Amino acid sequence: MSIPLSITKTIHDWLFSIMPESAASITEMVLIATAYLILFAVAGLYLVYLERKVAAWFQLRLGPNRVGPLGLFQTMADALKLVSKELTSTDRIDKLLYNLAPYFVIITSLTALAVFPFSKQFQAFDINIGMFFLIAVSSIGVIGILLGGWSSNNKYALIGAMRSGVQTISYELSVGLSILTMVLLTGSLQLSEIIEIQRTGGWLILQGHVPAIIAFMIFMIAGTAETNRAPFDLVEAESELGAGFHTEYSGMKFAYFFLAEFINMLIIASIAVVLFFGGWLSPFGITEGITWFPEVLWFFIKVLIIILLMMWFRWTFPRLRVDQLLTLEWKYLLPINLVNIVFMAIIIWLNWTI
Amino acid sequence: MSYFSDIYNGIKTLLTGMSVTGHYFVRARKGAITQQYPDNRDTLKMFDRFRGEVIMPHDEVNEHRCTGCQKCEIACPNGSIEIIWDRGIDEVTGKKKKKIDKHIYHLAMCTMCGLCIEACPTDAIVWAQNYENSVYDRTQLTKVLNQPGSKVKAGIED
Repeated sequence: MSIPLSITKTIHDWLFSIMPESAASITEMVLIATAYLILFAVAGLYLVYLERKVAAWFQLRLGPNRVGPLGLFQTMADALKLVSKELTSTDRIDKLLYNLAPYFVIITSLTALAVFPFSKQFQAFDINIGMFFLIAVSSIGVIGILLGGWSSNNKYALIGAMRSGVQTISYELSVGLSILTMVLLTGSLQLSEIIEIQRTGGWLILQGHVPAIIAFMIFMIAGTAETNRAPFDLVEAESELGAGFHTEYSGMKFAYFFLAEFINMLIIASIAVVLFFGGWLSPFGITEGITWFPEVLWFFIKVLIIILLMMWFRWTFPRLRVDQLLTLEWKYLLPINLVNIVFMAIIIWLNWTI
Repeated sequence: MSYFSDIYNGIKTLLTGMSVTGHYFVRARKGAITQQYPDNRDTLKMFDRFRGEVIMPHDEVNEHRCTGCQKCEIACPNGSIEIIWDRGIDEVTGKKKKKIDKHIYHLAMCTMCGLCIEACPTDAIVWAQNYENSVYDRTQLTKVLNQPGSKVKAGIED
């Protein structure tokens, strides 16, 4: 029972003072799990709301504004509707895999949330191979999509799932390499340490000069592709495949896929914030001396800005063809990325970092 | 070296697209095209080219411009217009002259194609901009366009 769980110190000490160590440890884990589930649900619902609102603004519409003030309860009403819907399925499906697929998708995105340092203390699981863990866990999600497409006995779902496989295998590489470029600079995979490095030297996107900016651009492109969002949404391409891999899912199982997509967006944005924009550190140390100021606010402001950028991509660019998707990855992003790593290594070797 | 110029042009065009949508995003609150219809029922005004239904405008002395030539009836592709006409003695010239009794318009059948209005030589019928055309009884959709007791304006036929 000695998993290093960092929670707010006062609660941690208080728990350990009133009960035996093992019981306190278990209580702490339950508390953290509850906190993260709540975060997961709230973030998922409000990202859906934000997406619809932002999409509306891009298209000169108003967006949801009927349920509650400014339509704030719209997505909750939608979730309630989805919970109450019947879970249907098609003929001759692979029952086990069909039911398992949504959980694969949702559990991977939940697991990935655990390693993020939302603030100095609000971090569930601070392991020294945090970045590696993130890359590894986020690639499991595609198994859920593949299983969902395969088991629903529907050709559109299968095509969507296969496209997802192609896409994730390709773009996983770019995400990994662009993270690696930044890891060269930090010399550490531990997320809290990556942020500590930025406290003294400034945000990593500034520390790393041009290669860091190139790495950021590649990371954003590949990250958008990994979350299966437009312009890389061949997986669910509404005009071609119905709804892609989740065509045959209904009710809450569909909602799991849907929520996981938005949480994946949050995860990609959080990685970008930690790696390039200093995590929960305030810009130029504005709130450095103010002890009561919640650092978590800075983290979420930065994450929201990155998410807004991804939404901006989504509502601007048209969908890529499969061959264009692969050309972009293998002919452009990958070679640029490899050159970029060498470039970064030279900069570090010559000690040009700020 | 088209490889690098491709990258340059690609990024440039992407940024161009993003600036266009970014402009929309910033101005969206002012220029939203959404009409929140039942709420703004009192102030909502349809634009001039909106095709609500066909009407026949009458002036203050209850005179319309329809001569009863039936060109609109012939032009209508699905028979939405029926004209019941008669011959009467013209007061000025004392000659027999065609005049309309009823200009019947079936809004329920109308496809809003506008051929009747284009066909009309005297601009007797025009588009109205009203948009609340649903009723509970379809007989209400059969309308008589000329008002009772109206007559054609003098000098229209010439």
